[in-house]
This record gives sequence, structure tokens and C-alpha cells, in this order.
Amino acid sequence: MRGRGFQIYAICYLIFLYAPIALLPIFAFNNSTVISFPLSGFTTQWFSQLWTDTSLLLAVKHSLIVAVSVSILATCFGVFAARATTRYAFPMKQGLMGMIMLPLVLPDIIIAVSLLVVLMQMGASLSILTVILGHTLIATPFTIAILNSAFQSLDKSLEEAAIDLGETPASTFRLIILPLVMPGIISSLLIAFSISLDEYIIAAFLSGTEATLPVYIFAQFRFPNKVPVIMALGTILVCLSITLLTIAEYFRRRGIAKAGGKDTGGFL
Amino acid sequence: MKRRSFLRSEAGHGLLMLSPTALYATIVMAAPLVAVFVFSFMTPGYLKVVWTFTLNNYAKVFSSPIYTALLGRSLLTSGVVTAVTVLTAFPIAYFISFYVSPARKSLWLFLITIPFWTSYLIRVFLWKVILGYNGVINSAFLGLGIIHEPMTFLLYNMNSVVITLAHSYAPFAILPIFVALEKIDRSLLEAGQDLGESRFMTFIRVTLPLAMSGVVASVLIVFIPTAGDYVTPTLVGGANGQMIANVIQLQYFKLGDYPMGSAVSITAMAVVTAVALIFVFLNRRFLRGPK
Repeated sequence: MRGRGFQIYAICYLIFLYAPIALLPIFAFNNSTVISFPLSGFTTQWFSQLWTDTSLLLAVKHSLIVAVSVSILATCFGVFAARATTRYAFPMKQGLMGMIMLPLVLPDIIIAVSLLVVLMQMGASLSILTVILGHTLIATPFTIAILNSAFQSLDKSLEEAAIDLGETPASTFRLIILPLVMPGIISSLLIAFSISLDEYIIAAFLSGTEATLPVYIFAQFRFPNKVPVIMALGTILVCLSITLLTIAEYFRRRGIAKAGGKDTGGFL
Repeated sequence: MKRRSFLRSEAGHGLLMLSPTALYATIVMAAPLVAVFVFSFMTPGYLKVVWTFTLNNYAKVFSSPIYTALLGRSLLTSGVVTAVTVLTAFPIAYFISFYVSPARKSLWLFLITIPFWTSYLIRVFLWKVILGYNGVINSAFLGLGIIHEPMTFLLYNMNSVVITLAHSYAPFAILPIFVALEKIDRSLLEAGQDLGESRFMTFIRVTLPLAMSGVVASVLIVFIPTAGDYVTPTLVGGANGQMIANVIQLQYFKLGDYPMGSAVSITAMAVVTAVALIFVFLNRRFLRGPK
């Protein structure tokens, strides 16, 4: 068969990609504090330990507040930018979009330190609010990428028809455009949520004493006996993000199908 | 009157609509970056900045062997990571674009992006668990009798940093190449073979040049962020795997030396940008687009 070699290679590659994640549940249920083979027995004690850890629960609360705020803010910024670039031609478009998309390649630590020095200089105190500022910045380019494909597949004549039939630009947006791009918006909300929930460096620099979940996890890495608990937590997080992403992917595809576009695949 | 008509024009609408996002990026990213640039020329004071101009910070960055060595190692590491990631990613992108049926392409891309979105910290930490002295590989190999002593070259050096980063950035490398391959007109390849080129030569002379824009994009999107990565060198790098981000973190957090940290950040960004630009320049032949 044609491409047999490629197929074998692709499967090996997928194994490499999934190997670390596959190990998570294995050691999350393993009855030993040492993470190595052979396995010693089945236990759920690491999961039950999670619920008794108050600093973990607090970190989860902080992370959820941040992630929800970021997903809403970044998606709003994404909608403005995607609508502007797909619908209008204007001066400095490339330059401005280049700047907005820059966080995609700018190392996070640079964003983190530059925000930190400015905030410190202004005398602002660090909290989850400052984390929201930073996370919104890095999540926005991803929301724009998703929303661009949603807005791009819009037919301009639908809009013109609505205006001709007497709708105002505002009601056209609400009645025609918004329903058509809604799947893209949901997908963008979920992606921004996942990015924020997972981000460590900016959160570490800007959270002050209000640790988010990744900051908490990073702190636990110093204690070898905490490793199985982290494995249990990781298992839950991986299941959660896979669920979120599957929903996001479903809506992204539905959105493209709804607007009559062709699926070009992928989030990025 | 004139201003009003501009705001009602297409261009005005577009600019107005983009302005919230552009303004946010300016205030939260561009302005702080300018501030860091200014700080890098100021005199250090603990947790604050003394407002007198100096070039001392940069003199220190370039004269002290620590900074230049770390910068060199960061560039080397992310160069190796980029080469490994892009070279291993290309066949995958090629496979999905040319061999997978159109209906299943999305599924493959989804499978490839999933690991990328799942807890970055835990994924990096798992490599530590896999590669460690008592880790998965060593304990499995010992148990199978393949080795008699745990291998120590796996963790806490550049190897482990390269493996971990190559794993983290795989989808970033695959997607741009895939997009470029998808755009190639398949009839060009048939024409190449009809005119007597072998499959391999068609790939070298037709497919590869047309895919280069994607390859360049994936090189940049892997090289630039990995050069500034903090988590991976911290967790799996050990003493010999530290990179420039570690010293930036040290200056700001542990030493409270903002001007020095800023000077290191600016230098690192400038060097990485310069390397990236040289790379783009060398590839400009492929990036001009169709005539």
C-alpha cells in the first residue's frame, strides 16, 4: 500500500506525543509514592487526598475566576479584531494585526517581566486581577485565529440583504452575524479558558500571594512525596481539557459548516 | 466635518472596530516592552530603579561569561530543538496532507493538537518522571535486564531539555507545514512526474520549494518561544541545562535588580530576533510568493 512507511511513522509519532499523558492515570492509581515500574497495587487514596488540601481548593478557585474572566475578555477582543480584519480594509492593518498577534511568538517570560516592572513601578499590588491582564493578552491571538475563520466564511451579501430590508447595522449584527459566528465564539471561549487554566509563567510572576492552579502545582514539584497526588490532579485536568477541547472542536466545525465554508482543519 | 466622514468610511469603521484590541495590546504589551527597554539603561537599585542613564547593564551582559554562556546555550538548545521538531514534524504534515483521506484530516490534526493543550507543567514534569534515575525508562530497562545500572545521561542536561521541548512544540511545527502543503496544486506534482522526474526528484524540486513558506513559519514559531522557555530548563535542565529565562527570573525575583533583568531580556530578544531575521533572509527566495 502507498504510504505504509508514513503510516507507521505517524503512529510512532502519536505514541511519542501521548506517552507522557498515558502514564498519568497509571501512576495516579498506583499504590506507591515512588513513580517507577513495576507497579505495586491499585489505590484511589491520591484522589481522596486532593479534596482535603485547602490550598489546592483555593488555587482552583483563583484559576477558575481568572480563566472565566480571560475567556470572556479575550473573546470580546477577538470578535472586534476578527470582524475588523475580515470585513474592512483600513490603513496600518498589517502593522496593527502584527502587534496584536505578537504574543503568539513572544516568549511568555518577556511578557511577564515587562508587565511586572510596569505594575511595580505604578505601585499596583499583584493579585489575580493582574494575572487576568496578562492572560487576556496571550489568549487574544488564539481567539482571533479561531474567530477569523468563523467571520471569513460569512457571506457579505447576507448582511447587505438585511440592511436593504430595513435592519440597522446593530440589529443586523445581532440577528444575522452573531448567530452565524456563535459556534466560533463558543469555541474561542473554550480555547481561551484552556489557555488561561494552563498558563504558568505569567501567573507565577503576577499572581502575588493568590496562587493559581499551575503555580500551586509547580510549588508541589519540590516535594517528592506529593508526586502521586499531582499525578491524580493531572489525570483530572487532562480529562477536563480533553472534554473542553472536544466540545470546542465540535463547535468550530459546526460553525464552519453552518456558514457554508470548507474545513481547513486545526485550531491554529 | 472631515473627521466625521472618515469615521463613517470603510477605513474608519475598520480602525474603530480594531481599536479596543489594538489599544489593549498597546497598553498591556507594547508600552511595558518600551518600559523594559528604558529600564535597561537605568541604574539598579533594589526593587526599584534609579533614574540615571547608564550603559553599565549592557556592559555587564556582554562582559560577564555567565550571561554570554547562557545566551549561547539558549540559542544552541532552541536551534537543536527547532531542527529536531521541524524535521520530525515534516513527514507527519506530509502524511496528513497527501495520504490521509480529506474526511479524516481534521481528526488527525485534532489528535495532534490535543497533547499540546493538556497541562503543560504536568507534561514537562512527566518527562522528568520518564527520564529520571528511578524513572520509567530506567526502571523498565532494569526490570527487563537490558541495562544493569540506571542511565544518568537521560535527565538534567541538554538532551532532556531538547526532548521535552520537541514534545511540547510538535503541533506548532506540524500545522504551518500542513497548511503550506495543502495549498500545493496537486496537478503540479503530476506534471513533474509526467515530464520524467522521479517521485523523489518531484518532491525535491516541486513540493519542497512550495512548502518552504510553511517550514520557515514553523521554524520561527518554534525557535523564538523555545529560546525564552523557563519551565522546561527549570524542571528537567539541571545545572547544565539552564537557559536565559532562568537568569532573567533570577534577576527580577531573587535579586530584585530590574535594570539588569531588563538589559538581559532586551539583549536576549534582540539576539533571537536577529537570528530569526537572518534565517528569513536566507530563505527569501522561497518566500516571495507566486509571480
